[in-house]
Amino acid sequence: MASTPIELRDITRVVRRDVLTMLLEAGSGHAGGSLSAVDVLVALYWQVMNVRPERPGWESRDRFVLSKAHASPALYSVLARRGYFDVRDLLTFRKLKSKLQGFPDMHKTPGIDASVGSPGQGLSIANGIAIAAKRAGVAFRVYCLMGDGEAHEGQVWEAAMTAAHHNLDNVCAIIDRNMMMGDGSTEEIVALSPLADKWRTFNWFVIEADGHDIERLLAAFSQASSVKGRPTLVLARTVKGKGVPFMEGKAEWHDRKLTEELYEEAMKALS
Amino acid sequence: MAEMGLVDIHHSVVETEATNRGYERGLIELAERGTDIVVMDADLASSSGTTEFRKRFPERFMDIGLCEQDMIGTAAGLALAGKCVFVTTHGMLAAGKAWDIIRSTICYGSLNVNICGADAGLSAGGAGGSRQSLEDIAVMRTLPGMTVVVPVDSVEAKKATMAAARIPGPVYLRFAASRVPIVTTNMTPFTVGQAAVYRQGGDATILASGVMVYQALKAARLLEDENTSVRVVNCHTVKPLDHAIVNRAAVETGALVTAEEGSTVGGLGGAVAEGLAQASRPTPLKIVGIGDRFGESGEHEDLLTHFGLTPRAIAGAVREVISRKRAPGVPNEGTRSAV
Repeated sequence: MASTPIELRDITRVVRRDVLTMLLEAGSGHAGGSLSAVDVLVALYWQVMNVRPERPGWESRDRFVLSKAHASPALYSVLARRGYFDVRDLLTFRKLKSKLQGFPDMHKTPGIDASVGSPGQGLSIANGIAIAAKRAGVAFRVYCLMGDGEAHEGQVWEAAMTAAHHNLDNVCAIIDRNMMMGDGSTEEIVALSPLADKWRTFNWFVIEADGHDIERLLAAFSQASSVKGRPTLVLARTVKGKGVPFMEGKAEWHDRKLTEELYEEAMKALS
Repeated sequence: MAEMGLVDIHHSVVETEATNRGYERGLIELAERGTDIVVMDADLASSSGTTEFRKRFPERFMDIGLCEQDMIGTAAGLALAGKCVFVTTHGMLAAGKAWDIIRSTICYGSLNVNICGADAGLSAGGAGGSRQSLEDIAVMRTLPGMTVVVPVDSVEAKKATMAAARIPGPVYLRFAASRVPIVTTNMTPFTVGQAAVYRQGGDATILASGVMVYQALKAARLLEDENTSVRVVNCHTVKPLDHAIVNRAAVETGALVTAEEGSTVGGLGGAVAEGLAQASRPTPLKIVGIGDRFGESGEHEDLLTHFGLTPRAIAGAVREVISRKRAPGVPNEGTRSAV
């Protein structure tokens, strides 16, 4: 998809509006961590990843694992806007018999490469796909988007060791570093900083970037794909609730219910 | 029962072997036949039975280190890429530590990952209670889409390993590290999901899994001397349980005993009770197992005796259910809940 950064920015606004509409319709779901991840997802699906929405199972496609599974509204909007399924399906999110489950289900949603839900599990799955690709000599890349709070999970660090040990340069992990988790600031709950240094110590190539600057993200992913012999982490500095002023940087908007009034106010900010 | 091709355990010297070895032979044969398998281990290859496989098929092997959770997650990714994966670790590390990943990633995704609980049951012996997996059957059995198989001996372990490769969804295979009696031969029929009658009888039925099948056959022999005729069924597949054969045993023999090397909460006995309670006719049932407790250190054989997993104890349970069958409606003082 040839899109200019300006066009991509327009798409991010559409996706953010979709996210809010889905959450209002569903009456539940995670706003803050969905909105912080939008720019990364748009950059990946419109520009970086080699995918064919008309053929979701195309074997040579780049793979994507949403380890921060609660950001599913953002991913669903991106998949719908990219043509994997009808945009109208977004309004069924979290409802009975919907193809859009609260957390991604590969058997229900076209374009989902792996079912996820329990925190901290995505990177292991991405590694497994990447190992199989290496052993088969196929060139696709595997992207895995994690939350920062997820780094509290021990399995993340097991997977970090595995990827580095097996020189998985076809793995690109992204951490949506919005500094917030459900109960408050990651640094107040159990400090993660210095997070980039932790990953460097685990033998990862780390690129730090503004996670809302599309051009900077595109440059980061381009650099990541040229790294040989080790996996890359794009540490994307983001703002929880990005784009909606009253949500920005507020832990309470991790999963707070959206009212009609606040929805209108949020949509105005994104118009 | 000549058609079952069983070893005549009452008249010949019974050979013994760890069922882990059967797992290893199954893996090697699968690879030799060209099945696209990947075998993973979590620093347990020396006892779990994957050492020889690693030597012969290094390109199909991966030691993930002491990262059981990451091993299951990585296996999920390999399965998503089309591989048939066997992951191997201690039963309690697989079923316990990695349970959430097995549940949320493997089972929820219906992925082709076979989870091998090596050194399971009391077979971790000297390691004691913290490392003996007695609850693995119960916790694996609750997972939607999971198949649970407890092979009786190393011969059946190989057959179960090869069968697991043909089952598209997840399978939990439970193996023993210590030597257990070889009861079956290559001729003995084995189909996942189909229990097998190893001995006919009309007075009661023993439904057993794993090493307890041998003990059950011995118990039936003891009872034969008392003119009690006991059917013995190998319930190697705890899930899906062969309810048809269980119900037939209930109707035809009227009294059941289950025998397993594990907790009496939620294992084979639990599965039989769930089915039986919903079948048409109430049938006396006694669950023989380790109870609702942890194990302790000791030699495997001594532990089986210590925890009452013996032919004598099973025979006692059979006498009890037969007496309850003959006095219907009278609560039996000796039959308290296993829990």
